Amino acid sequence: MARIGVFICHCGKNIASTVDVERVAAQAAELPGVAFAADYRYMCSDPGQRLIAEAIEEHNLDRVVVAACSPSLHEPTFRGCIEDEGLNPYMLEIANIREQCSWVHDDREEATEKALELVNIARAKVARSHPLLRSTIPITKRALVIGGGISGIQAAIDVGLAGYEAVIVEREPSIGGRMAQFDKTFPTLDCAACILTPKMVTVARDKNIKIYTYAEVEEVTGYVGNYTARIRVRARSVDPDKCTGCGSCWQKCPKKVDSEFDQHLGDRTAIYIPFPQAVPRVPVIDRDNCIYFQRGKCRLCERACDVGAIDYEQEDQIIEEQFGAIIVATGFTLFDHSVYGEYGGGQYADVVTGLQFERLVNSCGPTEGKILRPSDGKPVKTVVFVQCVGSRDREKGMEYCSRLCCMYTAKHGLLFKEHNPDGEAYVFYIDIRAAGKNYEEFVRRAQEEFGVHYLRGRVSRIYEENGHLVVRGADTLAGMQVEIKADLVVLATGLIARDDAVEVARMLGIPYDQNRLFTEGHPKLAPVETVTSGVFLTGACQAPKDIPDTVATASAASAKALGLFSHDCLESEPMVAQIDPALCSDCRACVESCPFGAIEEIEWRDMMTRQMRTVAHVIESLCHGCGNCTVACRAGAPNLSGFSHEQVFAQVEAV
Amino acid sequence: MVATVGLEVRSGVESRTSTEAAPPVQAQEWKPKIVAFLCNWCSYAGADLAGGSRTKYPANVRIIRLPCSARIDPKLVLKSLEKEGVDGVIVSGCHPGDCHYTEGNYYARRRMLMFRRLMEFLGIDGKRVQMSWVSASEGAKWADVVAQVTEEIKALGPLHPQETANAADHQ
Repeated sequence: MARIGVFICHCGKNIASTVDVERVAAQAAELPGVAFAADYRYMCSDPGQRLIAEAIEEHNLDRVVVAACSPSLHEPTFRGCIEDEGLNPYMLEIANIREQCSWVHDDREEATEKALELVNIARAKVARSHPLLRSTIPITKRALVIGGGISGIQAAIDVGLAGYEAVIVEREPSIGGRMAQFDKTFPTLDCAACILTPKMVTVARDKNIKIYTYAEVEEVTGYVGNYTARIRVRARSVDPDKCTGCGSCWQKCPKKVDSEFDQHLGDRTAIYIPFPQAVPRVPVIDRDNCIYFQRGKCRLCERACDVGAIDYEQEDQIIEEQFGAIIVATGFTLFDHSVYGEYGGGQYADVVTGLQFERLVNSCGPTEGKILRPSDGKPVKTVVFVQCVGSRDREKGMEYCSRLCCMYTAKHGLLFKEHNPDGEAYVFYIDIRAAGKNYEEFVRRAQEEFGVHYLRGRVSRIYEENGHLVVRGADTLAGMQVEIKADLVVLATGLIARDDAVEVARMLGIPYDQNRLFTEGHPKLAPVETVTSGVFLTGACQAPKDIPDTVATASAASAKALGLFSHDCLESEPMVAQIDPALCSDCRACVESCPFGAIEEIEWRDMMTRQMRTVAHVIESLCHGCGNCTVACRAGAPNLSGFSHEQVFAQVEAV
Repeated sequence: MVATVGLEVRSGVESRTSTEAAPPVQAQEWKPKIVAFLCNWCSYAGADLAGGSRTKYPANVRIIRLPCSARIDPKLVLKSLEKEGVDGVIVSGCHPGDCHYTEGNYYARRRMLMFRRLMEFLGIDGKRVQMSWVSASEGAKWADVVAQVTEEIKALGPLHPQETANAADHQ
């Protein structure tokens, strides 16, 4: 007979205010198989865990139900607790009476009744639990870093510093990401390139770090410690081993196209490096725009290259590599402001985004750092900045605050005044959110020292009149409508998830939220983890982040990966399927329904007939424990540890 | 939003085959009980979020956590409906394409579609078993699903009217 201990947590008042915990404990003590029941204020606390430990000892308990918060929070805690007392950690069930009961119901009577039932359902399950043994699996001590922006670079450097291998896969022809496009950084006004490019060089030189640029991860299979990634390295049409990066090819290239790096404000050639400090300094041929690839004639770059590095025949390369951990650093993209008809719907050349302004003010940018109007190249005397474009807007944009637009707008205003002390800069804002070290001081500096005018209110309309832009808006502090004749308008467009974020999430098996941002393991306590073990998040793919926060999460994610690498073996989750060969008729229904190819067919001696026959068999290391086979089988031959037929049917019986 | 996600509710067919009696008069005091089978990764996390956000919903639902909606054996659903006092079932998993195990929810959807035929045959109203997709970020949706299904089951009345009446007599 099972000897079950039931422990009811008050969670301070979180549970106790809605659920009569004493009554639940008293009634739980009467349930079949229950040898002991108690309630306590905080079961997860040290004294709470001691209470469980002492009860196990004193009442000779062999299994435990803890009625508390969601198992996603403290199941590992209580498993550890009972394991310390010599019980198998899987002889535990959690009754979720907080998230599923006290927090969602008001009526005390109803909630108490439900809590008792939830306890009984958990009791019924744990009564049929069996000890499960974890097996060990080896770990491949290499990290895959998806994305080569500042976040991926930092993560790879940290992994490399610890002496482990990291592989960066970057989609663009160069690493550097968004930060490479910025001019200066707030609040210190460090030049972005001056602090980024040394890191780019470090990462490129590190013997532990391999970089694939112009490449994408196409498929990820496996599980924590043992991932296999298929990487497509797109054809550069340039042999990186021969190329010296001298530049004669792109100087000779006759084809000019919009530069993505310059946010379509400048040109690049068809054979190009995206920016002068690119790493690697090996150009790519943009085949969609190359005259030779489109029309079969030209080959000027081939003639210009002294070392014979141009290779028009080059093909995409598919590489498969093994990794133990994956760090997702895929970053963000900008909100498309063309949905705002009142701001010109993207039709006015002189209404630009914050990132375009970065390129205009950057000395390597299309205007060599002179702030000129994109439409006619004339100098800008008056500039209007509009904040919260696509952020904090439930109607047309994202509901969330993009967090850094206030700061980058202050920086833009300041930089503009630095370039044009006689010019005027106006900022329309809703609130100024400058929470960060030296951030508030920075905004003050833009206002007070540099004389950027801040107007609290929204812009209702932007239109063109006689070669100028007219910005109409409200100054709610002065209580009046304002109209500003501007040469340039800069929209502080918000940060959003990349277009293919959902595909990436599906490839990695990680969840994403309603904004397509990747979901962290826990919003407070696991900010860089995901529910898929071995996959970690860093940077703006999880939520908008500025550079300091991005770098911090990159180091955090790499610390998590290194924590994994500090072990030689991993303990695998024992909640996997097994097949009872005596019940198996080798119909292959399970083999075909297994999403992981974890079921093989083996020869087995049937003890009844004393003959060999073919039966299905689970390869435990490949099984993810989804349980599909248990339902697919007509005979019920497969069973799933931790969610066995006996357990789940008993749960239904206990409802 | 609930029942029709991926499943056709053919109300015409159901009303012809349904042999259920009309809700009894004492139904005012009666509270339906609903068993909910939730996948661990999306819907269970969604229900956790509903809790974390303190989104209130009716207390009629009892959640049973399973790793994946593919682990939801139709026999479990049948067992639930057989069980005295249970009036309905919710089956919930990740949105199509978002399954943690890549394709488990498609299996679940197909199985529930088959199960619906069995229910027609048994003369049980199809609304008593409802399927939904609730992601880990859809706490509010989970609360809506529970509220909506509870309302619909209330309108249908007890699944085991005789037993419920007997139980009431004993008290």
